[in-house]
Amino acid sequence: MSEISVSALPAAQSEGFVRVTEAGLRGMITLRGDLASAAIAKAVQEITGAALPPMRRIVQAGENAVVWMSPDELLILCPHDQAPGMEAALRAALAGEFATVANVSDARAVFSLSGTAWRDALAKLCPVDFSTLGTGDIRRTRAAQVAAAILVTGPEEVDLICFRSVAQYMFDILSAAASAGSEPALYV
Amino acid sequence: MLILTCPCCGVTAEETEFHGGGEAHLKRFGPGSDDADYESYMFSRKNPRGVHFERWRHVYGCGKWFLAARCTMTLEVFATYPAQTLEPPADVITAIKSKRPEWEGFV
Repeated sequence: MSEISVSALPAAQSEGFVRVTEAGLRGMITLRGDLASAAIAKAVQEITGAALPPMRRIVQAGENAVVWMSPDELLILCPHDQAPGMEAALRAALAGEFATVANVSDARAVFSLSGTAWRDALAKLCPVDFSTLGTGDIRRTRAAQVAAAILVTGPEEVDLICFRSVAQYMFDILSAAASAGSEPALYV
Repeated sequence: MLILTCPCCGVTAEETEFHGGGEAHLKRFGPGSDDADYESYMFSRKNPRGVHFERWRHVYGCGKWFLAARCTMTLEVFATYPAQTLEPPADVITAIKSKRPEWEGFV
């Protein structure tokens, strides 16, 4: 088996009123369990350096981030090469707990959108009122026909995570939605 | 447009982010039950014109099931509440009664 990991659409980029870039390899670990459990909070804090996020929020800790995905699910973001080690550490720390840990890094694709009008681009694809989202928020929704998680990382920066199998579709719809001259100017 | 609020993650979104799961609060009649009860459990649905209780899943969001009380005519949603509920809670009934005084109640 090849040890070389390649992201879904290496170096794919499109310029429009928002720049869409394939973000490359990201480490992603799904942790499911009872988020009220002290053991999970302790393990996440010790291994990622981040506290458990409140509902629909992201907690950043250096290169790592912990993202609230659902009432019993967290997504841990980390550098791609550190994901296997972090997964093993979490698994060991949560042995005997009612929790599951899975390294899903290579099952996903990540796109970065940058530009002040990212809300306008995404509003064409998602049934979401983007004026309610600010930095540090996460919103899981659909983009056209596929599931997407939108992570607001800054005032003009958003990361969008989708399944790797739909990466080309996602890149195409994002590029089309962000094409120059097609600004809906909903959020100005 | 049908706009639902997921009680599990607090997101308010329109219908296409969710998936309908049919009528809520069905009583299951399984093996050993008599034919009439089983047939009614399998096939008979209320399909009312007006207040209705339904199961919904936040399929593109947190993935959780929940229940909703809504009007099938106007798409007005009276309340959404957790799926782990055997019958409509009192506050949901009150909310419906205040908007639909003529409603006969949950039967």
